Amino acid sequence: MSGVPVAHPEPATAFDVTAIRRDFPALQQLVYGKPLAYLDNAATTQKPEAVIQAIADFYRHDNANVHRGVHLLSERATSAYEAAREDVRRFINAGEAREIVFVRGTTEAINLVAQTFGRQRLRPGDEIVVSAFEHHSNIVPWQIVCNEKGARLRVVPMTSAGDIQIEEYERVFSDRTRLVSIVHVSNALGTVNPVRRMIEIAHRHGVPVLVDGAQAVAHLPVDVRQLDADFYAFSGHKLFGPTGIGVLYGKAELLESMPPYQAGGDMIRSVTFERTQYNTLPYKFEAGTPDIAGAIGLGAAIHYVERIGLDRIAAWEHELLRHGTGRLATVPGLRLFGPPADRKAAIFSFTLSHAHPHDIGTILDQEGIAIRTGHHCCQPLMHRLGVDATARASLAFYNTFDEIDRLVAALDRVQEVFG
Amino acid sequence: MGDLRELYQEVILDHNRRPHNFRELPDANRKAEGYNPLCGDHLTVFLRLEGEVVRDITFVGSGCAISKASASLMTDSVKGKTLGETSALFDAFHRMVTSSGAEQPPAALGKLAVLAGVREFPARVKCASLAWHTLKAALTAQAAPEAVTTE
Repeated sequence: MSGVPVAHPEPATAFDVTAIRRDFPALQQLVYGKPLAYLDNAATTQKPEAVIQAIADFYRHDNANVHRGVHLLSERATSAYEAAREDVRRFINAGEAREIVFVRGTTEAINLVAQTFGRQRLRPGDEIVVSAFEHHSNIVPWQIVCNEKGARLRVVPMTSAGDIQIEEYERVFSDRTRLVSIVHVSNALGTVNPVRRMIEIAHRHGVPVLVDGAQAVAHLPVDVRQLDADFYAFSGHKLFGPTGIGVLYGKAELLESMPPYQAGGDMIRSVTFERTQYNTLPYKFEAGTPDIAGAIGLGAAIHYVERIGLDRIAAWEHELLRHGTGRLATVPGLRLFGPPADRKAAIFSFTLSHAHPHDIGTILDQEGIAIRTGHHCCQPLMHRLGVDATARASLAFYNTFDEIDRLVAALDRVQEVFG
Repeated sequence: MGDLRELYQEVILDHNRRPHNFRELPDANRKAEGYNPLCGDHLTVFLRLEGEVVRDITFVGSGCAISKASASLMTDSVKGKTLGETSALFDAFHRMVTSSGAEQPPAALGKLAVLAGVREFPARVKCASLAWHTLKAALTAQAAPEAVTTE
């Protein structure tokens, strides 16, 4: 390990990160002879043994299709799949399990709402509101449906400090506003948007709100009823679960009113060649055989996270964030983007005056440190910041003070090569 | 395992700091823009083609050290070459940065051989080849002097 030993403050609650790290097989490896410091958690998270085991156990013992067979394995598969839905409901405190729709990920969840709610409700001249923070996946689905319907995308700007311009947001509403679709936590900057307040404002105008929670659920407690979110979307793989599974939460009365997204098996109650009667929620939106093992893996990930507790996770990550913010400030030529630590999730998005983010990424990789470089699928945001790309170190609860010190030490190495 | 010093050779760092032919070309008669949507690197290559000969070549844009140095070295090596020679260089360069073997780059590549280290870094091959693909696009583009303006 490189770097000078630093006396680290003990976090408020005892957090045994060493024990936690032992639960993650992928974190135990060396890359280029150095211990892996995985700081690309906003892209995807590593999986605990409990998740890997749950998926393997399903395929070893219970594998069958759901909602179909009369045989025992099908019953076991169905009850495990539905138990995972209940895990998700509890995790985000939704009112009913039928409000939880399993999808492939956040992207599919947003596309589902755009193609059903959007296509059904948008008329020429109508407006959809997004923000300057949005990931391409919360821009493009709306552009497509807006183009088709002659509707308009309105964009709420951000301040140069990396916060949403809430006064501009209040002014954006008109009698043509049909939906707000807003990111909870920015993947490029870490900004935590004041979504509860934003939802309250939208509801005063009678406008429903979709929250893109992809970067939120692994870092802070989310309660969809307390937020009063109309839709909430997230991906399993950013929550220590498998890829290919995600969640769309929707208030039952909204989901009921929407047409199906895809057509196929499981989403129908009865089919004749003349007429099809759709299934009840949530199956109306789950055409075809779902990712059963993925849902079960996500359920296991939720159990794992709940056992640690999101309050403790948030507290630990905040300590890491504060430590890193201080250490990075000492790096010559480093520009850190986004708001201060108290309004941010554990993401460091930065540039160096003497080296391009790509070169930073390659050099850090050689030191065993995995980060993301580029525009983070947020080109409009990058344009606003006046950069083509940033280097992004994004944390999870299994990251350590030492890994942050190694990141800082590796940036000195970048300085050596490019200085 | 890739060696950082193999990738970031002194010549490459020099070309990154002080790229050659890094300007627009007012009398260009060929131009193309290259863009790597994955990372945001973008550059524009300007050419003054006289018959079969690349009389002058320049570039502008922004990107990482590898893409900038590669563009800089490319303009040096292509200037004054015929279309046939340029095409042969393109092929040899492409082989060098994508081959998995450790064979010596052909002598014809000259200084371009400093980029051979890129093949050990698969994520960076596109950075090194962006300028060359843009040059190819400029050469295959129709002569359209009206399109070549200072924007």
